[in-house]
Amino acid sequence: MYRSQVLICGGTGCTSSHSLKIIEAMEAEIKAAGLENDVNVVKTGCFGLCALGPIMIVYPEGCFYSMVTVDDVKEIVQEHLLKGRIVKRLLFKETFTESNDVKSLNETDFYKHQKRVALRNCGVINPEVIDEYIAMDGYQALGKVLTEMKPEDVIQTILDSGLRGRGGGGFPTGLKWKLAAGNAADQKYVCCNADEGDPGAFMDRSVLEGDPHVVLEAMAIAGYAIGATQGYIYVRAEYPIAVERLQIAIDQAHEYGLLGKNIFDTGFDFDIELRLGAGAFVCGEETALMTSIEGNRGEPRPRPPYPAVKGLFNKPTILNNVETSANIPQIILNGADWFASMGTEKSKGTKVFALGGKIEHTGLVEVPMGTTLRTVIEDIGGGIPNGKKFKAAQTGGPSGGCIPAEHFDIPIDYDNLISIGSMMGSGGLIVMDEDTCMVDIAKFFLEFTVDESCGKCTPCRVGTKRLLEILDKITKGNGTLEDIDKMEELCYYIKENALCGLGQTAPNPVLSTLKFFRDEYVAHVVDKKCPAGVCKSLTQYVIDDEKCKKCSLCTRVCPVGAIQGTVKNPHHIDQSKCIKCGACADACKFKAIVKK
Amino acid sequence: MKKRKSNLPFKGTPEQEKALMEVIAKHKGEKGALMPVMQEAQEIYGYLPIEVQQMIAHGLEVPVEKVYGVATFYSQFALTPKGEYKISVCLGTACYVKGAQAIIDRISEKLGIGPDECTADGKFSLEACRCIGACGLAPVMTVNDEVYGRLVESDVDDILAKYM
Repeated sequence: MYRSQVLICGGTGCTSSHSLKIIEAMEAEIKAAGLENDVNVVKTGCFGLCALGPIMIVYPEGCFYSMVTVDDVKEIVQEHLLKGRIVKRLLFKETFTESNDVKSLNETDFYKHQKRVALRNCGVINPEVIDEYIAMDGYQALGKVLTEMKPEDVIQTILDSGLRGRGGGGFPTGLKWKLAAGNAADQKYVCCNADEGDPGAFMDRSVLEGDPHVVLEAMAIAGYAIGATQGYIYVRAEYPIAVERLQIAIDQAHEYGLLGKNIFDTGFDFDIELRLGAGAFVCGEETALMTSIEGNRGEPRPRPPYPAVKGLFNKPTILNNVETSANIPQIILNGADWFASMGTEKSKGTKVFALGGKIEHTGLVEVPMGTTLRTVIEDIGGGIPNGKKFKAAQTGGPSGGCIPAEHFDIPIDYDNLISIGSMMGSGGLIVMDEDTCMVDIAKFFLEFTVDESCGKCTPCRVGTKRLLEILDKITKGNGTLEDIDKMEELCYYIKENALCGLGQTAPNPVLSTLKFFRDEYVAHVVDKKCPAGVCKSLTQYVIDDEKCKKCSLCTRVCPVGAIQGTVKNPHHIDQSKCIKCGACADACKFKAIVKK
Repeated sequence: MKKRKSNLPFKGTPEQEKALMEVIAKHKGEKGALMPVMQEAQEIYGYLPIEVQQMIAHGLEVPVEKVYGVATFYSQFALTPKGEYKISVCLGTACYVKGAQAIIDRISEKLGIGPDECTADGKFSLEACRCIGACGLAPVMTVNDEVYGRLVESDVDDILAKYM
């Protein structure tokens, strides 16, 4: 029996800051202190508060140590584990009250507004040990459906829960299952879409890394419901930790008889294979994903026929996203009513968001559907750093749009986001402040789509390229008002005519920035100014003579010799030579060089 | 996405070829075997020059143009060799918003190579990558498996100096 548990995050964010070395050092120090029978070190999945990584939690006290380094390990072992004195300097400041008490993590602003369903085991269990998952009721839902429920009851439960696909489209999961179940075939497939491609979204990765068994269990349940015996997980190769843990999980489930032949002695067979993506955004689209598993170029196919009729290898197939899957065992165990009690009228349950960009607490949060953007950004996310002003939040990645400050109090659910021209997408939520140029952001997303367009249909292949050219022209200061209108028209054309979801939604970043920030576009083409000071061709660095102490430092750091002036004489930037690298502004100790 | 082709000669060894043949034999007959074989082949050779694509096509009995089609479709299949130190700069949204473009420009300038290129001595290669998911550390670059986060432009020189 251990008297203390040390949980250390082994997710991608924290391992990137050397948390695995911290685990090694921790184990060595614990051994050196003779505590190996008293203290257990657990490598967990993501806790969510990635901005404070590497993260370590010590139980039973529940001390939340943040930004831990290898050098801190000895102190933690000697002081905390050996002498029972908490290392206060490492505590996350919100978990520490003025009266010197340690506050529970669940009472901090970051966690108290959250409701963790899909992420409930992330940061709690060791994802590489199946017994820990089983101890958290793992595989009980599978046991329940195989021994107590008929396939149609399973489908009805999922239908009643109101669960909608978390990958972006928001299609009712139960309906998808029902359609596939209704098509008789000698072979059916269950696929899991773990090709999380939206830049800035990492919730699926956290589930795969922190709780891989939940995905396997959900797939087996889906297999039973629709009559499939084979599953494929299509996971991006960019997630090596997720791939490794999934493989470990599959092997362990086999060993325990939870995958393979005759599961729970019920005669039900189900097996899962991993397939690695190879870096193509379009493969997150369902038909493209299946084409890719078949070993081809991942180009989408026209629908109908829908995958529920003719999917992978031309057999009826269902495809569920990782976060969707992570909800399924909980729905089976707690009932459809429990799930439907959370959220809004048409969007049930919770949603995980990956907070990123200009926000204090970058990380993963899971909130009930219908939580307002304000709660997510200000209360949970801790607001915008450096006292800057919120400008917009971008949701839905390259297929989505932005939510401006005027919609700060909108309850986030599928339908509300669509009504304001954005979409839920997979749940990436990138916060932008006053220093972000919305035209530049639209251009950034279009560059992404142009790069990732598979080339199969003309509206997407050529149309997005033309859009990007116009945007480029505008950011260079050569655009006209007519260009803006032309661009808008082209956007609608692409939306209506592209073959797959990627193409149809590609113009969304342009349309939504045009809708809410048209004045910024106008500033670029009429005033030839970039209000945020991002577009290089439209900004100038100038020296504020009043602040300038005439030290000549800037003249020396300028890589192109564009600054004239000697010590004690006025300095001046030659705009024709300036490459706008900003080196002078960074070097100036008196903040006398400003971007205009 | 357009891909650069390698102009360096193919230098495969008999050991590598033997390993590839074993991979092909293992997967032959599986449904959708082509991509797993190509992924493992790239692990063996580091990239997929046309010579390797031909061996795969022959081994799996598929047309070489199908192999080439798949190789050029997915960004992770490389037709050019990678350097001893593989530098990737994340250009995902979070990193981009926090100034990743300036980081990649600085590296380009220091090494004299653009994205998807390899220095003549084979030491460094540079690429812009999609989000690696370390958005909390944005902007981020990696050199082989080493991750450098919360970068500012002036960090680049010191990081590169470690590998020079």
